[in-house]
Amino acid sequence: MVTAPPMTPTYLLGLTALAVLLYDSLRTDDGGAGVLTGISVVGALASLGTAGWFLTADTGLVAGMSEFSGAVVVDGMSLFFTALFAAVTVLVTLGAHDYDPIDGKRGELYGLVLLAATGMSVMASANSLATAFVALELASLPSYALVAFLKQDRGSTEAGLKYFLIGALSSAIFVFGISLVYAATGSLLLPDIAAAFESGLGERTGIAGVGVLMIAGGVAYKTASVPFHFWAPEAYEGAPAPVSAFLSSASKAAGFALAFRVFVVGFPLGAATSAGIDWALLFQILAVATMVLGNFAAATQDKVKRMLAYSSIGHAGYVLIGLAALSAEASTNGDVMGAAMAHLFVYGFMNTGAFLFVALAENWGVGRRFEDYNGLGAEKPFAAVAMTAFLFSLAGVPPLGGFFSKLFLFAGAVDAGLWWLAVIAVINSSLSLYYYSRVVRALWFEEGDHDLSGAPTALYAALAIALVGTVVLLPGFGPVIETAQEAATALFA
Amino acid sequence: MLIETLIGFAFVAALVTFLVPDEVAGRVGAALSVVPLVGTLWLWAQFDGSGNALTGGTLAFETKFDLLTLSGYQVQWFTGLDGISLPLVVLTAFLTTLAIVSAWTPIDSRQSQFYGLMLFMEANLLGMFTALDFFMWFVFWEATLLPMYFLIGVWGGPRRKYAAIKFFVYTNVASLLMFVGFIALTFGGLGDSIDTLSLPAVAMALEAGGNVGSFMGLGPEALKLVAFLAMFVGFAVKVPVAPLHTWLPDAHVEAPTPASVMLAGVLLKMGTYAMLRFNFTMLPDIASDLAILIAALGAFSVIYGAILALAQEDLKRIVAYSSVSSMGYVLLGLVAFTEFGVAGATFQMIAHGLISGLMFMAVGVIYNTTHTRMVGDMSGLADRMPVTVGILIAGAFGYMGLPLMAGFAGEYFIFVGSFHSTVIPSAPLFTAVAMFGIVIVAGYLLLAMQRTLFGPFSLDADYEVGRAPFHDVAPLAVLLLAVIALGVKPDLFLDMILNAIAPLVGGGA
Repeated sequence: MVTAPPMTPTYLLGLTALAVLLYDSLRTDDGGAGVLTGISVVGALASLGTAGWFLTADTGLVAGMSEFSGAVVVDGMSLFFTALFAAVTVLVTLGAHDYDPIDGKRGELYGLVLLAATGMSVMASANSLATAFVALELASLPSYALVAFLKQDRGSTEAGLKYFLIGALSSAIFVFGISLVYAATGSLLLPDIAAAFESGLGERTGIAGVGVLMIAGGVAYKTASVPFHFWAPEAYEGAPAPVSAFLSSASKAAGFALAFRVFVVGFPLGAATSAGIDWALLFQILAVATMVLGNFAAATQDKVKRMLAYSSIGHAGYVLIGLAALSAEASTNGDVMGAAMAHLFVYGFMNTGAFLFVALAENWGVGRRFEDYNGLGAEKPFAAVAMTAFLFSLAGVPPLGGFFSKLFLFAGAVDAGLWWLAVIAVINSSLSLYYYSRVVRALWFEEGDHDLSGAPTALYAALAIALVGTVVLLPGFGPVIETAQEAATALFA
Repeated sequence: MLIETLIGFAFVAALVTFLVPDEVAGRVGAALSVVPLVGTLWLWAQFDGSGNALTGGTLAFETKFDLLTLSGYQVQWFTGLDGISLPLVVLTAFLTTLAIVSAWTPIDSRQSQFYGLMLFMEANLLGMFTALDFFMWFVFWEATLLPMYFLIGVWGGPRRKYAAIKFFVYTNVASLLMFVGFIALTFGGLGDSIDTLSLPAVAMALEAGGNVGSFMGLGPEALKLVAFLAMFVGFAVKVPVAPLHTWLPDAHVEAPTPASVMLAGVLLKMGTYAMLRFNFTMLPDIASDLAILIAALGAFSVIYGAILALAQEDLKRIVAYSSVSSMGYVLLGLVAFTEFGVAGATFQMIAHGLISGLMFMAVGVIYNTTHTRMVGDMSGLADRMPVTVGILIAGAFGYMGLPLMAGFAGEYFIFVGSFHSTVIPSAPLFTAVAMFGIVIVAGYLLLAMQRTLFGPFSLDADYEVGRAPFHDVAPLAVLLLAVIALGVKPDLFLDMILNAIAPLVGGGA
């Protein structure tokens, strides 16, 4: 009987980061890009495999296991999200292998991506507000550097600065919120905070309420939700495309992982609502504002990457339903939050894939606007088919993965009695078809004339994996949604 | 598992065709499409089902297993055939093969993508007609949109982008409406009295009656009415029923001929098939209450489509509008709720699929050589293309309902059925109005043929017009043979159709 530490998937990500940095500093020649990519991909795959193994094998981990005096917990949800982060890391590092603008600096890029992924994995496991904050910073600091990675590029450095300033501000708000909650409850451990809420906060309710509101602000920043979404379009557009893919998929999911655990475990809905801290209502407002703003802004863009950035805000709005549709009385809490997790999982493939296609287009030098993509379908059919599948999946068109996750998510909202929220989401989702199909039209219906270089193998491989992930989720969606709902239900136990 | 094998094969065939070089894609696609065709003919030969799939009949080739759970409902993979779906499945496979062969001449760019999409569409259509679980059905239903969107948008005529978007938006909004209607009826109305959304379970729960609950302030009857209307409008766009038909002429005129064949031949039938399954089988009482409205819409479509066809100069537009007219008959037959009416309507779906496919294909062959479809631009084609023109004339007579051709059987049954209907108030009046449509059809078809096909040859364009190549004419001949075969011996399909619709009817002889 081999026993592995429950946090093995997280450790593997961190160790891979160190291995990449070590190899990068030891190597003498200019080559070695292949080795760096190899280490990163294999390490991330190992993490993905372990997380998947822990999830499916009968390890007892899905029920939850505390580590480090309860500061960290490994359970179904943390493993689910770690698998997601590792999968996105595989796609991003593989895709970045052929991304020319980062030539010669791959070691740094991979190392930072893997470190950020480690931080995200810890965010999903954080069972104490102190751990949550440290993990948040571990995920954020590499992200700032990643956005500003192209030092010679004004857009990239400007985006990095903007990202950093808003990040610093929201981190301050987040940590201030933590201090207020600590002041009101006397603990940083989520179960203890929950116990304090259950036994009544008395006259400290107001302090706790402000703290909860501020923590929600920190979450909104990390998930690129209203009102802390301003950085997202700039950062995603200025950053190298693989980094945009990583931030918009994995980083957003990490923010939600943190929010799911902190709010559900730390601020139990029944006690919080009866004390007047109705955070589900807050998230209902945020969900509507975020999806409407993201979708309407996306519809008016003329650059593909910026459109994807705003659509990413819109998707954050959909996922917020997973928090908004919770209630103390309902028996469907696990289902709707599981559906939100499943949507993030599917999103990890389709959105990463879409940004990787943008990376491919940047490599080809075809430009950033919709018109610049004209006729790519005739010239590069495989990549264009993959992009088409990603876009239709993002729009939620059957039979692709995005349809199923949206269906479960919206059905969850209906089950929870939030008809109006589901209706708003469906209207937004229909609108999104309009701007996604603009790219499809450019790819297939318009004539274009490009002088394209060949098909980079690793980037194509990454596209193929993302495509398989998007399409195979048609028959394979059952296990994903069941795992997610089981993991989410465990949180409410 | 035979059905799954065929669907799976069609998907694989689509992928293979997508990957082979352009030069051979047409041949490879046609060869691969023969397998589903033979398979569906085998299904037809071995068919052993009886009764209606939705009212507890015995399904042929049934497969059922659980997939996942959605909000307490079990989503299943559930396929099977009854006497209504089997003819449509055969029609799909048959027309796909012929349409692929007919594309060899006109499609001269990106062939592998074109034929791949045709096969992808076939796979989804087969799935749509065989699926008996709502979610699987809906996924296939929506997925047929995508290939048609690309077929029109990439290989279409000058206004292809506009036509593709219009097609997509119209049918997608309609699907959404239908989806909301059905979900409100089942989630909201039936609630916990069913544990799957399989169509037979829903139909039988509704038939048992009395267990539709109130929902969102709507009483049971109001909820059923709203759901019926939402689904009816959703499907009516697809049929299309005037006045929801405006996407159709654009889509047809811009679509490449093989796509038009599939659009008119099979995709329009999706609408009437779904109406029969959902509106008329699940909510017959509401359909009976609204019979006068539905019959009026049917008769209106017949006359309005025919008059619009009369005013057209473009041959393809003429055939497109006459489709609106023909599908009006189907609607009239369905709402009659008589044995002849419903069976005739189902039979007319097949007959019209074959005849309109034939007409579009023949117009396409003429366009291949003349590069014009305008009635005023040409005359005397019979001289130069005798075989094509001969088949076109035969097809046109089929459209007019010449006895011993498939169209006659369908329309005759519909008229008999709707005339005797006790569900439609003043049924003879509606029948008479609709029958008048035949006269207009004969008028515009004869007029157009007289101007283009007969008289001395002339053409307002500088093209050499000669005989069409064999592989253009062969599919036409095969289609004509099929039309005649079904006209001479409607029992090939009619027996199983009668058997399957028997539990639904009760509105008079």
